[in-house]
Amino acid sequence: MAGNSEPLTPRAKLAVTAGRAAAAVSRVAGKGSGSVIGGKVALRFDPDLLARLARHLDVVLVSATNGKTTTTRLLAEALRAGGPVVSNALGANMPAGITSALAGGSDARFGVIEVDEKYLAGVARDVTPKAIALLNLSRDQLDRAAETRMLAEKWREGLAGSEAIVVANADDPLIVWAASSSPTVVWVGAGQEWKDDAWSCPSCGGVLQRPSDDWFCGECGFRRPAPTWALSGDHVVDPYGVAWPIHLQLPGRANKSNAAVSTAVAAAFGIDPKVALERMYKVQAVAGRYDVVTYRQRQVRLLLAKNPAGWLETFSLIDGPPAPVVLSVNARGADGTDTSWLWDVDYTRLAGHPIMVLGDRRLDLAVRLEVAGLEFRVCADLDEAVRSAPPGRIEAIANYTAFQDLRRKVGN
Amino acid sequence: MSDSSLRLVWVYPDLLSTYGDQGNALVVERRAQQRRVPVTRVDVRSDQPIPTSGDIYLVGGGEDRPQRLAAERLRRDGGLNRAVANGAIVFSVCAGYQILGHEFVNDLGHPEPGLGLLDVVSTRGEGERCVGDVLADIDPQLGLPPLTGFENHQGVTHLGPTARPLARVRIGRGNGTGDGTEGAFNDTVFGTYMHGPVMARNPHIADMLIKLALDVNALPPVDDQWYDALRAERIAAAVQPA
Repeated sequence: MAGNSEPLTPRAKLAVTAGRAAAAVSRVAGKGSGSVIGGKVALRFDPDLLARLARHLDVVLVSATNGKTTTTRLLAEALRAGGPVVSNALGANMPAGITSALAGGSDARFGVIEVDEKYLAGVARDVTPKAIALLNLSRDQLDRAAETRMLAEKWREGLAGSEAIVVANADDPLIVWAASSSPTVVWVGAGQEWKDDAWSCPSCGGVLQRPSDDWFCGECGFRRPAPTWALSGDHVVDPYGVAWPIHLQLPGRANKSNAAVSTAVAAAFGIDPKVALERMYKVQAVAGRYDVVTYRQRQVRLLLAKNPAGWLETFSLIDGPPAPVVLSVNARGADGTDTSWLWDVDYTRLAGHPIMVLGDRRLDLAVRLEVAGLEFRVCADLDEAVRSAPPGRIEAIANYTAFQDLRRKVGN
Repeated sequence: MSDSSLRLVWVYPDLLSTYGDQGNALVVERRAQQRRVPVTRVDVRSDQPIPTSGDIYLVGGGEDRPQRLAAERLRRDGGLNRAVANGAIVFSVCAGYQILGHEFVNDLGHPEPGLGLLDVVSTRGEGERCVGDVLADIDPQLGLPPLTGFENHQGVTHLGPTARPLARVRIGRGNGTGDGTEGAFNDTVFGTYMHGPVMARNPHIADMLIKLALDVNALPPVDDQWYDALRAERIAAAVQPA
């Protein structure tokens, strides 16, 4: 299974070359990495290019609402213990971006691919993956996303009969519903803080009972499968009951969960948990996320949180009060233009922190925080927020395009 | 209901809470507390009975299947209808608004009976989904400033003779009937397609419900600077989208 030993067809080669040329033009024009336009051009030359490129690789797909980019990165590091890896590490996670990433790795053994939730079933059909990692599903981009449960249903249909080993989070009922049509599933007790998208049984619509970490439907018997791997505090417990310590530079419970799933996937490729976890330690920041930067003589940690589940996990990893917190929210196309989700986030968790708010939708945040009974300051921009922040490392939490704005501002 | 405490019931957050609907409960709670009105909030899951002793019931938005499940369980329970018969106030949004009517189209494409608390019937629109900022003028009888909200639905709701339109849209689609109406109300039951959540954008509606529940004509003023700023911004955005 090593390397691209079989040559690509002339058509596929032409497609790759045309894609690279388009990407180069896009870069010169100052329009980013060019990976998406390059992939689009290449796919126009050869619509089967993605399947052809993947044929020579052991492909692992990673999908979820939250944590796909980070898990893709952790898993890519772990699998490098077994051979060269090609990956769409920058989060271009639709077919064009994926094609572009794979076209760049002709010597690779593994393809570790983050896939947008809406494209998972299609990409899984095209690339015949060896493994698929499914982490979590929750509300996101309310103005245009399909229903969360419908997404799980589409995954379930798309993955039925898949030959891939599906590595799935047993603690998310929607993930369990999506994964359990697959013949081979490795369940990981990876945890999930956010529960408000799965109070209804995905199977029969009954009310799920959720005593402590367990869950089951009292009506149809759909229940949490017994996991063979589990996250337990700072350890991942393997199928033999051995607890491996997780040391990451990345903060938070959610990243331990991502590491636990990555360890289970790596094990499916014969990589020892110890080796896999040691390699994951190297990951410091992922596309700017978790990076600590210095801006105007102040330390600022950049944290991305795109939806209620993401904000909840982020609140649990920030420094305690009185660490200053900057919140920035936009509602542009890539964020979803409906800001109602702010009201699903429990901002009372920020009590005791000095809070500065900015972003296109800072006034929505202001009303939200006022109703939560919190003190805050509305700022025109990051400069004002940093100037008015009391001493200490600043935790800056932002949603998608607000995060990109912050990165540009601090030169990250 | 004329004692000075407020019993707020949030109906079925497990099914009808997709669009930040908790926000409406939080705003009513907060604005009552700011007036030193003691509030008890009860969140009732869909496997629990609806208490009939509440003053204000909030019914939120939801996805298509949960909407059908909620309608089935509310019909079976009967508590919300009993509460309204006792004079309780109901404020409903989107999927919840449709459930309060006589009938709506469920996720299976079939007509689903509602609770008949509002004289409306909802169908599913043929055209594109209505998504975006809305600006509308609220029925003058209610004496409220313009309605601002975010709509995100495909429903079309027709009003019968005993339901009045809550508002007339200046910008946006509202009930989707093409006649410019948005939402509906009768004596104590209100429905709207507006998210935002609607109370965060229109705190005067929260105040109106509190006044109705306490049977008072006025409430002490509170500091509305952030609500006012948000309203001004969203009204401007509706008039001139980015």
